[in-house]
Amino acid sequence: MNILIKNGHVVDPANKVDEKLDILISGNRIAGIGKPGSIGSEGAQVMDASGKVVVPGLIDMHVHLREPGYEYKENIATGTAAAKAGGFTSLCCMPNTNPVNDTGSVTEFILSQAAKSGSARVYPVGAVTKGSKGEELAEMGELHGSGCVAVSDDGRPVMNGAIMRRAMEYSKIFGIPVLSHCEDANLSAKGVMNEGALSTELGLRGIPSAAEDSMTARDIFLAELTGCRLHLCHVSTKGAVALIREAKARGLAVTAETCPHYFTLTDEAVRGYNTMAKMNPPLRTAEDVQAIKEGLRDGTIDVIATDHAPHGMDEKTVEFEYAPFGIVGLETALGLSLRLVQEGVLSLTDLVRKMSLNPAVILKINRGTLSSGAEADITIIDPDLEWTVDAAVFKSRSRNTPFDGWKLKGRAVQTIMGGRV
Amino acid sequence: MSLSSKDLLGIKGMSPEEIRLVLDTAASFKDVSERDIKKVPALRGKTVINLFYEPSTRTRTSFELAGKRLSADVLNISTTTSSVVKGETLLDTARNIEAMKCDVLILRHPCSGAPAFLASRLKSSVINAGDGFHEHPTQALLDLFTIREKLGTIEGRTVAIVGDIAHSRVARSNIYGLTALGARVRVCGPATMIPYGIEQSGVEVFYDADRAVDGVDVIMTLRLQLERQAAGLFPGVREYARLYGLNRDRLSRAGKNAMVMHPGPMNRGVEISSDVADSSSVILDQVTNGVAVRMAIMFLLSGGAKAEAS
Repeated sequence: MNILIKNGHVVDPANKVDEKLDILISGNRIAGIGKPGSIGSEGAQVMDASGKVVVPGLIDMHVHLREPGYEYKENIATGTAAAKAGGFTSLCCMPNTNPVNDTGSVTEFILSQAAKSGSARVYPVGAVTKGSKGEELAEMGELHGSGCVAVSDDGRPVMNGAIMRRAMEYSKIFGIPVLSHCEDANLSAKGVMNEGALSTELGLRGIPSAAEDSMTARDIFLAELTGCRLHLCHVSTKGAVALIREAKARGLAVTAETCPHYFTLTDEAVRGYNTMAKMNPPLRTAEDVQAIKEGLRDGTIDVIATDHAPHGMDEKTVEFEYAPFGIVGLETALGLSLRLVQEGVLSLTDLVRKMSLNPAVILKINRGTLSSGAEADITIIDPDLEWTVDAAVFKSRSRNTPFDGWKLKGRAVQTIMGGRV
Repeated sequence: MSLSSKDLLGIKGMSPEEIRLVLDTAASFKDVSERDIKKVPALRGKTVINLFYEPSTRTRTSFELAGKRLSADVLNISTTTSSVVKGETLLDTARNIEAMKCDVLILRHPCSGAPAFLASRLKSSVINAGDGFHEHPTQALLDLFTIREKLGTIEGRTVAIVGDIAHSRVARSNIYGLTALGARVRVCGPATMIPYGIEQSGVEVFYDADRAVDGVDVIMTLRLQLERQAAGLFPGVREYARLYGLNRDRLSRAGKNAMVMHPGPMNRGVEISSDVADSSSVILDQVTNGVAVRMAIMFLLSGGAKAEAS
């Protein structure tokens, strides 16, 4: 079946497109793209995209789908449904499931579940070390061969520098990036929020910025030593932004992501012991938020990802110290990120680059463009639609968001994956 | 006048007037404990529950006596013999207690914010009997009461709080209460035990204990938790006692009639020498006053006003 998307404002950074165009989808592929009215619509379903923005399907390279092992928080069906609702056509799922995705059979299970019930494309990330214990390398060859596009010990940083070095070297055999969660676990210890005047007031153990900064520095030096493609996950500090900027200036193959909460909220959101504002790395200060925005603006930060981390409401309705880290993000990320465009921090083109093209390039997946002949993964955004976040109607199985009740402007109104609406 | 909140979660957020109301009310309750018949009918028919998730002798007993001297029915729940060991959540435990109709729930908990967490979900009055490193408001109120009783005024006095400020709920509550009532506060301890940004609460920070106590009206020494040594916060008890312990010599640098306070339990010979504790301190007066202050808090939270108390 053919679909003609008419009169949309098409933004496709890979092809330097930023104008009103029509797009014809034939089957699962983009068959043509041209000036409004230039493509015949005989036999095609016509979608009027006047006033809408048409972009390559969004890609979230940092998601916790929780399956296998923690299906009460999320599963592949509900997580990808949340992705679709949020405008994402592809996502990477982190390996901290139970069992950990450290063998090909777990990767294959994830891919088969995604094929059966997925509303978005799922690209698994394998573990760096067996069981993510930071001791012995996982069989990256098998993981890569089974479909993993990257490796990471997300949530359980590889503390041993020598192991991390070998992991970075070994990843080069397969040309896959290492996604690093930068945290010195000795420095963060039992911390539960950003270390600052507020953690002192609330009597909560702090996680200093230095825990993230020092590991970021270590991993950048190891990337330089090994020539590995290093991608830094969920950057939250001013110091890390400066280190990455400097590494890029030296020509290292380092890329970085941040998440909407790190450019939207500060640690003040924790006040009142709000467990919905508990995540790792923690929400930082206004100065860090400013630095993250500047890093996004000047290209130091390549990617906006969600770190979508679903948890059951019972798990979050406890003493602050006992609550797990993490918030869901798939269904709020686009609305929160569009605020950067509204504030003038990013152009629409740069936003699409960070939410689609750049993740595709880093992961070496053939996505993120609207080129003729490309797989028809397309997100249609209404940039003027004002809406209120209502966690109760999330497609995700979990509702742990600090943004419930927020009024946002702009959201995905149509998510097309492989030509399917 | 009455208190603005149904709960007592911390000193931060209390106005100076509210703090003075508690102290004035406590003054009128103090003599109840001195009588032959140590009981008034103020809270007859009310139910008070002590829910303690940490070991405590002084605070739990003090709350229990305070409730009983007000004629309330007081129950103690110790978590080692309760459903907590079966994995029941704090919220479920508290809701079950409330279902049996309690009026005042007194909570001690190792997690900062646990009383606030319950207070927003329960109808009962919640009294924070110490939460994590956050606050211990009744301790600060009894300390303020004791200072006012001994020195007449708090405004303009200089108070040095010496010890592990970072992990002390007593220090935080006292900093808020003392500064609210116009005292100057110095905090002193090893740099590893001074928390980030504490000077933003209006205190002066010292690492040198001799300088910190110089000329002060009050010295509060804090209990040193010996397990902090393993975490690298101090090299050993010997050096701690030498640098921060309050002994006769160090005390002589303070004001002539300086008061020495300690919230208990003491490590004798570590943060305080025995001769100072036994002959120059008001430690047992603090304990005595604790009952009166806790009577005042329970009375005020249960809707009593100052006039009735006297």
